Amino acid sequence: MWTFVSPKIVFGEDALDELLSVPIRRALIVTDRTIRELGLIEPIADRLGKIGATWEVFDGVRPDPDVPTVLAGADAARSFEPDWILGIGGGSPLDAAKAIWVLYERPDLQPGEINPFIDLGLRKRARLITVPTTSGTGADVTWAIVLTDPVEKRKMGLGNRENVADIALVDPSMAAGMPPRLTADTGLDALTHAIEGFICTWHTDMTDGLCVHAAGEILQYLLRAVEDGSDLEARTRMHHAATVAGLGFGNAMASIAHAMGHALGSTFEIPHGRAVALALPYTLEFAARETSDRAAVLAARLAISAKPGEAGTRALAAAVRGLISNVGNPGSIAEAGISREAFDGALDKLVSDAENDTQMITAPRSPSSEELRALFTTAYDGNAVSF
Amino acid sequence: MSFRFPSNEWIVELSRLLNESPSYESSAKDWEGDFVFVVEPDDGFAETAYLYLGLRHGKSTGGALLAAPDERPTEYRISAPFGVWRKVIEGELDPIQGMMMRKLKLDGNLMKIMRYPKAAKEIVSCCADVPTMWPGN
Repeated sequence: MWTFVSPKIVFGEDALDELLSVPIRRALIVTDRTIRELGLIEPIADRLGKIGATWEVFDGVRPDPDVPTVLAGADAARSFEPDWILGIGGGSPLDAAKAIWVLYERPDLQPGEINPFIDLGLRKRARLITVPTTSGTGADVTWAIVLTDPVEKRKMGLGNRENVADIALVDPSMAAGMPPRLTADTGLDALTHAIEGFICTWHTDMTDGLCVHAAGEILQYLLRAVEDGSDLEARTRMHHAATVAGLGFGNAMASIAHAMGHALGSTFEIPHGRAVALALPYTLEFAARETSDRAAVLAARLAISAKPGEAGTRALAAAVRGLISNVGNPGSIAEAGISREAFDGALDKLVSDAENDTQMITAPRSPSSEELRALFTTAYDGNAVSF
Repeated sequence: MSFRFPSNEWIVELSRLLNESPSYESSAKDWEGDFVFVVEPDDGFAETAYLYLGLRHGKSTGGALLAAPDERPTEYRISAPFGVWRKVIEGELDPIQGMMMRKLKLDGNLMKIMRYPKAAKEIVSCCADVPTMWPGN
């Protein structure tokens, strides 16, 4: 027995108009200052105004939101008493909105206690709408909440299936202004979701098709979206693919690339999508060396390679490396600008953080500490995995 | 040699296997917290059994079949019907998925245990390595 959860998803041009039919009285908008300065709150506020809703903005979310941030947001919610919370932004504001919503409804909980093993009893005080402004995180449709522990510089994987949004408004116009680097980073994040959602040990019949479709779309359209931000077809396809990938991996899990990427991101402040995609080809090759044929199956379904086993997996890894290179992203930790000295000094922490990351639970091949150390080192140097 | 589940011999064997596992030792090197596994009755097993597993700093301090759940103070208690435990031990049910679906109930400090996913995986792996004999077989 397993479950599949999803918000109501309204997508495509003018998806924001769905707000006109939602019975909102008081809306707390959770976002970051950049989103506000870009004017992306205005189309939301316009529609809230048309239905006579009162709204306030909490724009204190920073990249990689931490516990104090969501506690401050929960205070803002308790003060304003919204009946809807609107998360607007990339993964950070959307994850923060989920946490703020849970803490608003459950003031007895600490952020670190938001886990999938308890009944939260949400939707007594408010409901949640998510509006992604990047095409990558899938946070609009997942229940995961990633918060950073500012003391230990470690990311915490939190969340509960109840805290999936009620409505996701996936309007490509909200992401149309992304600069090329952000387009590349977030698009590669979505690709990693799609691939890891397919290969992880919690994949299911309900998620496989979503992951295959999203991976194919991203491999086809990401480069176009990076090279020409005004290419609306590419923008739309990428925006939808990111949400589809979110549904896929969000109802399965991610895997080693996310565990390594979280460690790299929190240690060296490498953007999330850049970090997980960097790790992805190495982890695919590692899994195929021993236990998993899933990546080769995916390569076949994407018409990348018909070869089984390691050969098919290496073909998929090569396709990923090719896209990473074509969009101008780093293919190794060294290329990400990390010095050898800094890498060597952080290696113990990287290994410890990655092996204790919740995404490691669903790895198709579980690395030992030594193998994880070798994976990081191989990813630093940019070599193919041979162990 | 096989060990009947649930029994004192079975949990002692699990404790022994954990102490032979370098992976468990490294992944739980600073772990402190003992468990009681509560085996609840169902169609396959008519009684309630309490299996104690002591865990400290990457090693198991011992295992024992208890007469009552509070016979020894423990930080964690995981409860499930016998049939669910059997699926976990036979590798048919990921215990974390089982907890998410409320098939297994965990009492204890979740914030702490969620920082040791690899150690949890190693314990499950060692469970599968115990040659197990089931009631009625």
